[in-house]
Amino acid sequence: MSARERILAKLRSGLAGSIPRPDDFEPAVVTEPWRYPDRAARIERLVELMSAVQTRFERTTRADWPTRVLDLLEARGIDRLLVATGMAHGARLAAHIEGLAKAPSLFAYDRPIEAWKSELFDSVPASLTTTRGAIAATGSLILWPSADEPRLMSLVPPLHIALLEASRIQDNLHEVIETEGWAAGMPTNALLISGPSKTADIEQVLAYGAHGPAELVVVLLEDA
Amino acid sequence: MSEMFFDAAPNATRVAPARPLPRDYPATKPGDVYLFGTCVVDLFYPEAGLDAIRLLEREGVRVHFPDQQSCCGQPAYTSGYTDEARAVARAQLALFERDYPLVVPSGSCAGMFRHHYPALFADDPVLLARAQALAERTFELAEFLLEVCRVQWRDQGPPVAVALHTSCSARREMNTHLHVRALLDRLDNVERREHDHESECCGFGGTFCVRMPEISGAMVANKVESLERSGAARMVTADGGCLMNISGAMEKRAAGMPSEHLASFLWRRTNPAAVSQ
Amino acid sequence: MNQAARIPAVELSSRQLKANAHEALNDAQLRTNMRTAMDSLIAKRLAVMPEAEREPLRELGNHVRARALSKLPELLERLEARLTANGVQVHWAETVEEANAVVLDIARRRRARAVIKGKSMVSEEMEMNEALEAEGIESLESDMGEYIIQLDHEKPTHIIMPAIHKNARQVAKLFEQHLGEPYTEDVDELIQTGRRVLRKKFLDADIGVSGVNFAIAETGTLLLVENEGNGRMSTTVPPVHIAVTGIEKVVENLRDVVPLLSLLTRSALGQPITTYVNMISGPRKAEERDGPEEVHLVLLDNGRSQAFMDAELRQTLNCIRCGACMNHCPVYTRIGGRAYGTVYPGPIGAIISPHLVGLENAPDHPSASSLCGACGEVCPVKIPIPDILRRLREENVKPPAAASAHPLRGQGSKYSPGERSLWRMWVRLYTSPRLYRAFSFALTRLRRLTPARLGPWTLNHAPPRPASRSLHELAREHLDHDRRGADR
Ligand code: SF4
Repeated sequence: MSARERILAKLRSGLAGSIPRPDDFEPAVVTEPWRYPDRAARIERLVELMSAVQTRFERTTRADWPTRVLDLLEARGIDRLLVATGMAHGARLAAHIEGLAKAPSLFAYDRPIEAWKSELFDSVPASLTTTRGAIAATGSLILWPSADEPRLMSLVPPLHIALLEASRIQDNLHEVIETEGWAAGMPTNALLISGPSKTADIEQVLAYGAHGPAELVVVLLEDA
Repeated sequence: MSEMFFDAAPNATRVAPARPLPRDYPATKPGDVYLFGTCVVDLFYPEAGLDAIRLLEREGVRVHFPDQQSCCGQPAYTSGYTDEARAVARAQLALFERDYPLVVPSGSCAGMFRHHYPALFADDPVLLARAQALAERTFELAEFLLEVCRVQWRDQGPPVAVALHTSCSARREMNTHLHVRALLDRLDNVERREHDHESECCGFGGTFCVRMPEISGAMVANKVESLERSGAARMVTADGGCLMNISGAMEKRAAGMPSEHLASFLWRRTNPAAVSQ
Repeated sequence: MNQAARIPAVELSSRQLKANAHEALNDAQLRTNMRTAMDSLIAKRLAVMPEAEREPLRELGNHVRARALSKLPELLERLEARLTANGVQVHWAETVEEANAVVLDIARRRRARAVIKGKSMVSEEMEMNEALEAEGIESLESDMGEYIIQLDHEKPTHIIMPAIHKNARQVAKLFEQHLGEPYTEDVDELIQTGRRVLRKKFLDADIGVSGVNFAIAETGTLLLVENEGNGRMSTTVPPVHIAVTGIEKVVENLRDVVPLLSLLTRSALGQPITTYVNMISGPRKAEERDGPEEVHLVLLDNGRSQAFMDAELRQTLNCIRCGACMNHCPVYTRIGGRAYGTVYPGPIGAIISPHLVGLENAPDHPSASSLCGACGEVCPVKIPIPDILRRLREENVKPPAAASAHPLRGQGSKYSPGERSLWRMWVRLYTSPRLYRAFSFALTRLRRLTPARLGPWTLNHAPPRPASRSLHELAREHLDHDRRGADR
């Protein structure tokens, strides 16, 4: 018998004569305390929780966001931005900077990681990604990395800028999973991101920028 | 109830209390009760047992004290000697057959009757039924005075600041901390002082204090320090085991403060004759 | 190659809890570090868990875990099927040796020279670092806390905060000594040092190892929580990801993780959620540009199935490893994690270790508790830890050969015919009113003869002083005769 068979056989004998528990999952327990009356309340909760862990918010509009992104890059002296230039937001940003005298250079994560690992780690100061939405209850962004926006885009550069449409903020995780039917098909990687990387492993003193981004800026499109 | 449950004191290190155990109290005061003295009170704090009787009698309750009682069985039970605990428990079970409430001047022994006797006799339908019936009518002394007798007292003593220590099983199985606080708060001249880490164990733990004396010693040392920091002039507790542990450690260290069983403190505060003594 | 990792950690024996505790209790620095840290963790949890939310959530958390265990074999098979369909390779191991063999096989096939690890307590059970080092493969911890203690040749002393027993000064010295960094107690600077050193390691690693917080059968998903990002690094950057976990970690449905996640992060750290929740459902797809080419899951038993056989002890496997029971434990707070000598310390360590290493190797663990109940009160999945501790004491004092429906490894490790006969005498005394009367008479009348030293009691206490007359006697005087009978 293999280890698998031995383990399963033992577990089965432990359950002999018992019946599985029925599923009494009570969704209200994980939803009701975490409901917010409207968009404004959801935004407020999200901003409150994420700001508490040093996330910065740029509250802006569909029309204005490229300007705001450029401003915040400039304020930090950043002249290179990793962004999916093939996606709508990337194209929009590219169009916006065209003809500007001073603008950061945009470049995409268009090769497999193996082809540029050390460059990604050593010389990419900032990235901009979209988000799938956010969760007010816990103050979390939802990201499903894709071919255009691979997993490490939100992890390796010291500054991560995340675009969020306000209409995509939902009340709680249970609602997200249910309304979007996650159980029917999960991507290879799904992420909830709730702030810049941090640690409290030394004397419980909170320090930001542990292994991931030291700074997370959410560009919130309030009219989207 | 729920508000009582949120310990309101600014004590960040307090363990958050569990949910209240729902319990219905008899609407009328019974005429008769049993008293289970407990083994520690019997030999070390008999006056506290007598004061418990006096407190109950003053409320017009007839107290029965079956002479053959000894120990609830907890020391053996928590040491893993389940058969031995059952043998002793069984002897007690036979002593409290009438429908009287069983009042116990110790929350942890009351918890033993209320929560662990049914588990001990789970395999014997006849004894189980008896154990369950007894569990239903078991009350810790402070609980009984507060919720069943609904005592109305007048504090007769001079102003004093007291610190309260509650045994862990009394706290978690019987809510004794809430009942005792409520009783103390009815005494106008008694100021109850919180101490830091109030909900933390004093290190007694039955046989734990002799099996792991060093760890237990560190715990009781910290408890004594916390009590001292509270600035209280006395310590009261509703549990003989903790009282023995804490007062014994205070005496050894020549530190701390006078300490006594809650029953004695309550009787003295509310009985003019005792006060004048 | 990191030097520190090659020197095996010197560990205290799990058979010597009492002696280890002696050392810890006399370590003033440790006592202060632990007390401060635990007080802060307790306060943080309390701040984010108002009772009205907490109790229904604990109930639901318990339901989710109990339901998963009630169909564990079926869920493991479903998990395996889903993961396999997703392209993840699933391995089963009954023992830590088998689990290490799986890892080493993969490492050899990949010609791996360096492994980077995210935090995983199961890999600690396996002593995976040592197994890899023995094959000449570097195995480096990347969680800041784990990294610190690996530098100091130590083992984690807390399951969530491995270096909780150290203060900044101690870490500063360590970094100065091992990394040649200028001495600084500035935590930000210390963390930046760790970040710098470890970033290089992520780049070079051939294999990333991680634990799993929840394995979701419904979707074939491995869910990991963390704050630092090292877990995401370890599971994304190297070409191979090996996740190791205990067989109990599976939950039935994706939505089942909602309450568990909420309970876990709030109980553990007082956070509404961790910075990252990383849900992995497969290796890199053809069109994707990063992520591991291979993902493996190793399912380890290592004694868990022993706990599973008994309905009461099975509840031990509800555990979601939040560490709250440790943070609230007055014993753990005083002796720290190292004194236990087992991978899992504190109350959860006391109830799980007997299954992992046998009662004979953790004989004092069930007794290292005053049964105060703080652990059971805070446990987010409502494991009745004090009841299980008491039960293990019972198993521990049984005669080793006594028949048992589900014998535990090391049953009767504390069996002592002497102690048993003492308890039998106690039974005689406390069930015979005549004997008890004589005994209490003797004790009260000879009270002045109480010895000044009375075993362990007088280590901490003044000698006990029995009263001059027992309550039985006082009651006889005070109550009329018909109120002293047995009422029969
Ligand atoms: S036993 Fe409960 S409190 Fe302790 S680590 Fe496990 S889940 Fe957390």
